[in-house]
Amino acid sequence: MRLREIPITAWVGIIGIALACFCAAFAPLIAPYGETEVVGGVWQEADAQFFFGLDNLGRDILSRLIYGARTTLSVALAATVISFSLGILLSFIAAVSGGLIDTVFSRFNDLMMSIPTLIFALVVLAVLPQHLIVLILVMAVLDSTRVYRLGRAVALDVAVMEFVEAARLRGEGTTWIIFREILPNTLSPLLAEFGLRFAFSILFLSTLSFLGLGIQPPAADWGGMVKDNKDGIIFGISAALVPGTAIAALAICVNLVVDWLLKRTSSLKGGRGDA
Amino acid sequence: MSNPTETESLPRQRFQERFPLLALVIERILLSLLLLVAVSMLIFGGVEALPGDFATTYLGQSATPQAVANIRAELGLDRPVVTRYFEWLAGAVQGDFGTSWASRNSVSEQVGNRLGNSLFLAGFAAVISVPLAVGLGMLSVHFRNRMPDKIINVISLAAISLPEFFIGYLLILYFAVNFGIATFPATVYEGMGFIERLKAIALPTATLVLVVLAHMMRMTRAAILSVMSSAYMETAELKGLSAFRAIVKHAAPNALAPIINVVALNLAYLVVGVVVVEVVFVYPGMGQYMVDAVTVRDIPVVQACGLIFAAVYIFLNMLADILAIIANPRLRHPR
Repeated sequence: MRLREIPITAWVGIIGIALACFCAAFAPLIAPYGETEVVGGVWQEADAQFFFGLDNLGRDILSRLIYGARTTLSVALAATVISFSLGILLSFIAAVSGGLIDTVFSRFNDLMMSIPTLIFALVVLAVLPQHLIVLILVMAVLDSTRVYRLGRAVALDVAVMEFVEAARLRGEGTTWIIFREILPNTLSPLLAEFGLRFAFSILFLSTLSFLGLGIQPPAADWGGMVKDNKDGIIFGISAALVPGTAIAALAICVNLVVDWLLKRTSSLKGGRGDA
Repeated sequence: MSNPTETESLPRQRFQERFPLLALVIERILLSLLLLVAVSMLIFGGVEALPGDFATTYLGQSATPQAVANIRAELGLDRPVVTRYFEWLAGAVQGDFGTSWASRNSVSEQVGNRLGNSLFLAGFAAVISVPLAVGLGMLSVHFRNRMPDKIINVISLAAISLPEFFIGYLLILYFAVNFGIATFPATVYEGMGFIERLKAIALPTATLVLVVLAHMMRMTRAAILSVMSSAYMETAELKGLSAFRAIVKHAAPNALAPIINVVALNLAYLVVGVVVVEVVFVYPGMGQYMVDAVTVRDIPVVQACGLIFAAVYIFLNMLADILAIIANPRLRHPR
């Protein structure tokens, strides 16, 4: 792959993601003010000193946005990584083992998927204690059902190929077949799916925080910032739209990269490149 | 099936042979009912199995053991799980979801008022978004890989990345606050005129339409494209059929099933999207009721709302499957 072959839309996406990661990594160095520091009046207008203005408690929105990148990105990433590991592992075990294990896993997955994700999350979060780890795990487990479905479909395609058969006849164990035969041959579509799940995780986390069930204050988080400032909208104060824009921009960037990855995968397969 | 005498002896198989379509549809409905029962177990049992004692949550951490025991007895939590599950299920089937822990009111009464509001909002959004999405999808296929298609593609890619609440507040800021041509919050009440009601839900509907439109359009486009690129469409073109005839006679019947699927899938998504939109617009629907209940850990309300949302979702998916089976005879003979 040459750098020149990457389309401009994908570059926009990559730069956007890199920017967000940079903000997250060096938040204390870049942010002009502290995460929970009150620096002025409530909903003070944007000026040269406060680039995006101040929020409902007089905290600097730009600083909170930068710190929020940290929370939002790390929680979404952690949830995606866990959901991916879980989904892929279970789906590959199901695809390789077949029989009863496959049936039980798949039926249970169908059952989980028959409840909308947000509704399921609401039901579960109503009972569980409010804790960051709990939030990440709930997001991961619910999302892993989607990964499982794709993983199983992809792995089933590969599991019937000759080289897997050969490995079986050689006497390799299930672990070897999963990690050395199937995983390398399914990486391409799975990578695109990872991006898609990550974008979904960002949106889902923001939605939960917006509903007041995600990350708890005073920690800065993009969805929670929208919730904090939403009452200003009626007075024409657009403070809530700044973190909203950040969420949207990040999700668009991830989707642009995913779009390119998907196109690349389909052209590798020799598809007609239409759909 | 190969042995005729055996077929004669089994009424179920005979029924399947005489009415293959009806048998499939009935089978699908029974499957959905089974799924619904399983979901109800998951919602009830899951809540029971998870850590965290309601009575302690209800009273706060500093409650005395006696007070906790009292409240457990009052809420009926001291009885076995299985008994309570069947009581709850029997009540739910008859439309009785018990009493709310927070307000001590009947859950069913609240749900009855709010479910109608939510369905009205979602239904109105569906009426607008479905024709629009299918039309745009066709337009996009027609201009495939040319400028209009590319513009639609980029805009829809951006649109699926926007969170519902962002679209909602953007619309509020511009249309309700800056221009003052729409109302916010979207309050509806008993005995409100139909036109007034439509006016009140204009912005929430617009938000929902924007949220599902992009998804639905992209999926419609993919569905139509996969039909258009198949071998029989090439044959139709090569044997000299006009584009119109080829589409009406060959493409449309085959594209119908996937499009129905896309529509139903997004209607199911709409049901979920309602939750966030209702919170944004302070609309008195099921979604807001559920979110409020989750914040105060009002378990009976959460369970009732969860079950109803899941039931609507399962019903729409079932409808999609049944319509797809009717529209596409190939699905009647699974390999």
